[in-house]
Amino acid sequence: MKPHSEVRLLDTPFGSRVRDACEVHQWEDWKGYLTAAAYEDVELEYFAVRNATGVFDLSPMTKYRITGPDAQAFLNRVMTRNVRRLAPGRVGYTVWCNDAGMVLDDGTLFHLAEGEYRLCAQERCLDWLQWSALGLDVAIADETADVAALAVQGPTSCATLRAMGLDGLERLKPFGIARFPFDGGELLVSRTGFTGDLGYELWMAPDHAEALWDSLFDAGRDRLIRPMGTAALELARIEAGFIQAGVDFVPAEQVLRHGRGRSPFELGLGWLVDFGKGHFTGRNALLKEKENGSRYRFVRLDVDGNKPAEESFILDKSANVVGHVTSAAWCASAKRNLALASLEMPWGRPEDDLFAEIYYSREQRWTRLETRCTVMRGPAWDPPRRRQTPPADF
Amino acid sequence: MTDAAFDVVVIGAGHNGLACASYLARGGRKVLVLEAADRPGGLAATREFAAGFRVSAAAHLLTMLDAGVARDLGLEGHGLEFAARNLKTVALADNGERVVFEDGAIGGVSAKDQAAFAEFRRQNRRFAKVLAGFCSRPSPRLVDRRKSDTLALARLAWDVRSLGRADMRELLRVGAINIYDVAQEKFESALLKAAVSMDAVLGSHMGPRSPNTVYSYLHRHMNDDAGAAGPAVVKGGMGALGEAFAAAAEAAGAEVRYGSRAVRIDLSEPSSNEACRAAGVTLADGTRIETGLVVSNADLKTTFRMVGPLNLDAGFVRRVHSFRARGVTAKLHLALDGLPEFHGGDAGDAGARLLLASSMDDIESAFDHAKYGRFSPVPVMEISIPTVYDASLAPDGKQVLSALVQYAPYDLKEGWDAGRETFKAICLQRLEAVAPGIGESVRASELLTPPDLEAEFGVRGGHWHHGEIALDQALFTRPVPGANRYATPVRGLYLCGASSHPGGGILGLAGRNAARAVLAGEDSG
Ligand SMILES: Cc1cc2nc3c(=O)[nH]c(=O)nc-3n(C[C@H](O)[C@H](O)[C@H](O)COP(=O)(O)OP(=O)(O)OC[C@H]3O[C@@H](n4cnc5c(N)ncnc54)[C@H](O)[C@@H]3O)c2cc1C
Repeated sequence: MKPHSEVRLLDTPFGSRVRDACEVHQWEDWKGYLTAAAYEDVELEYFAVRNATGVFDLSPMTKYRITGPDAQAFLNRVMTRNVRRLAPGRVGYTVWCNDAGMVLDDGTLFHLAEGEYRLCAQERCLDWLQWSALGLDVAIADETADVAALAVQGPTSCATLRAMGLDGLERLKPFGIARFPFDGGELLVSRTGFTGDLGYELWMAPDHAEALWDSLFDAGRDRLIRPMGTAALELARIEAGFIQAGVDFVPAEQVLRHGRGRSPFELGLGWLVDFGKGHFTGRNALLKEKENGSRYRFVRLDVDGNKPAEESFILDKSANVVGHVTSAAWCASAKRNLALASLEMPWGRPEDDLFAEIYYSREQRWTRLETRCTVMRGPAWDPPRRRQTPPADF
Repeated sequence: MTDAAFDVVVIGAGHNGLACASYLARGGRKVLVLEAADRPGGLAATREFAAGFRVSAAAHLLTMLDAGVARDLGLEGHGLEFAARNLKTVALADNGERVVFEDGAIGGVSAKDQAAFAEFRRQNRRFAKVLAGFCSRPSPRLVDRRKSDTLALARLAWDVRSLGRADMRELLRVGAINIYDVAQEKFESALLKAAVSMDAVLGSHMGPRSPNTVYSYLHRHMNDDAGAAGPAVVKGGMGALGEAFAAAAEAAGAEVRYGSRAVRIDLSEPSSNEACRAAGVTLADGTRIETGLVVSNADLKTTFRMVGPLNLDAGFVRRVHSFRARGVTAKLHLALDGLPEFHGGDAGDAGARLLLASSMDDIESAFDHAKYGRFSPVPVMEISIPTVYDASLAPDGKQVLSALVQYAPYDLKEGWDAGRETFKAICLQRLEAVAPGIGESVRASELLTPPDLEAEFGVRGGHWHHGEIALDQALFTRPVPGANRYATPVRGLYLCGASSHPGGGILGLAGRNAARAVLAGEDSG
């Protein structure tokens, strides 16, 4: 290991390949790991996801292995959704809350084998999980550094992975898990992702990481594979309408000011809350919220024009502030100017007249727009190929 | 509401559980009290520890009992009698020096110390009165305040302001600091300082230099202004007080069942749109008693273990888990052939409340050992010889000595099975030094360590207050946020024991305040 002063950010298991591939040296710190914001050109990387294959190194993602006789009871206690319904070999999107019913984080829960789980999350939350395990027979191990992970996303992703030797991958359904021998080890593949497109995530022991990267890019060369950075991923996830912890809401453990957290209902995730499954952390508070009404509504907005409504206030007809934008981008595939926004109740009904207050500058001339927004019913990007099994071959 | 035979089930017939049951029954509720032991009173207990010798097995001196509670319940009409009142306190040093506290004055110190102590006492009575006012009500919510909370805070602010500028400043200065600094600043006599410190650390995992010990001193003296100039000895031992509380509860219409250990607080089936609520109590023998309201006199950890962690939010379980409740006070009982004579003293000493601690540093060093899981090689003690006033406790001419001994940490490194006899011998040696010859008159002895107290009285950690009375576990946040106003996150489940505001000691306020919260239908949200 290098002396302390020389290592500011850690390399992921793909570090050598990522460094080689990153031509523009736009680096970011993601949970202490050196991460490429862009490799070459953000737009090319984004279009790779939508039209070919984009590869994202998600190794810094928090990963916990949860095992033991009480693993399921434990997870059912932590998560708002019913974990009993998550069959082995399946992945579920989930959120978890603190006692006040405020969302701590969202993530994906992998039921790897009977009673054995992996939780993938944005935030580190081992302390919260440990506290939640008090009195239960469950082991929680942080395996963030022990699992190398790549997201392989886009219409040619399946074909690329099959060309790499993953025979039968085409039969894997969305949110399914499959295992393949690779490089003398076991490669775990899930049909999951953060782009709203056809795509997979690959999970492997770190000592196979470089071999995996190399095989993948070899297999994908003719299918226009590209590495993508966080900036392109950001465009894709906004287009797909996915929320991100720390951006679209403040994780409850980081909230300093009383009342700044958000509940699942206030993030449009009420469908993940199962009151019928028995007690879970936050249940009482969420029941109360259901009874008394939520404070906020989370919406996807279609904003007129093409100026991203970044950090905009949302106004009503009389120019009163009724909310704010949490994420926004002009999204090329959906051909829409999209925004995710948190609005005060009761705003955000389909019929509401809403306007985004947008500021932009052209050569030192600032312009202020009040641009009409339409509340969308579903995501702007949700192509059939996302769910199609088997996916089209290329 | 269910059609259960009882509106409320109280778990535990400690004095707080019984006080609560009395107020609830007077409020028109049908109340059942379930007690694991075969007698009432909890830590207010009398029992035989050697053939013919009886003693107050845990609490031994009545110093704090709330006068309003005693009056409301008519305890004296229900059999409470005092063998002695307004005991003097005698602090004994190893060198035979003595400081005597009697009727609010002190002897055995310089005129300067006498004056300083008079001022200290005057001021503390005023502080204690503010505290007593605060403790007679549920502590107000600080977040999501309602009007009543704002009023309660305003009242507290007003009480503090009413101290006047000088006393208010002093309260704000010393309120959260340690008794060592305050005593050091005010007094000359090492023995006087030690005696004041003993009042601050008795029952707590604290030494004189620990933070918040001024607060714990005030807690102990909370009712000074209202009442006695010194502690009282209950006739028949503290168990008689427990019986008086039980008689009061029964007279008010509550039913008390002994030998009934609750093992589970049953909850309603979770339906898809309702919070779980308390639905009943299951006993060790499997009996299930249905009720819509459960009030627990058991300590915080015992109570929520009966609910089960999976029925509670994780943050709350964590707070309960982190609640500090490891006792450091052991109880020593001696059956004696005759009255011991304390050196340098007079005959009257034997009937006094005796404090054995020569200096603050002695207390602090005794405490140091407890920090590392060892008992004190030179322990400090509070001693009472109840037979001086109540011959019924021992055979003719014989005596009983009861002592609170510190520090005896709950989780002794070597384990108490290994350490008990050594520590008992150390205690006897310590007594021998101040009462030469006492060893020879010991016919039987018993040492109850915190784990023994836990086993006998069902208090997790065997802690005096059911949990430390430090500032982070006191007042607004006692015992833990989410359960700090008797109501708990489980609808229909309330706390009424020493874990809850205002804390331990034989006081009765937690029980009374809890009954009020139940009658008002308070919830924890
Ligand atoms: C060693 C020692 C010495 C003390 N000395 C003094 C003193 O001199 N003066 C003073 O004022 N204070 C003293 N205290 C403090 C005082 O005794 C206590 O704070 C006070 O008695 C607590 O009363 P309570 O009613 O809240 O709880 P407790 O008296 O502990 O009563 C709780 C009751 O609940 C019952 N219970 C618990 N679990 C269950 C269950 N699952 N099912 C059924 N029943 C259950 C217990 O059996 C018990 O009867 C002393 C404490 C200790 C430990």
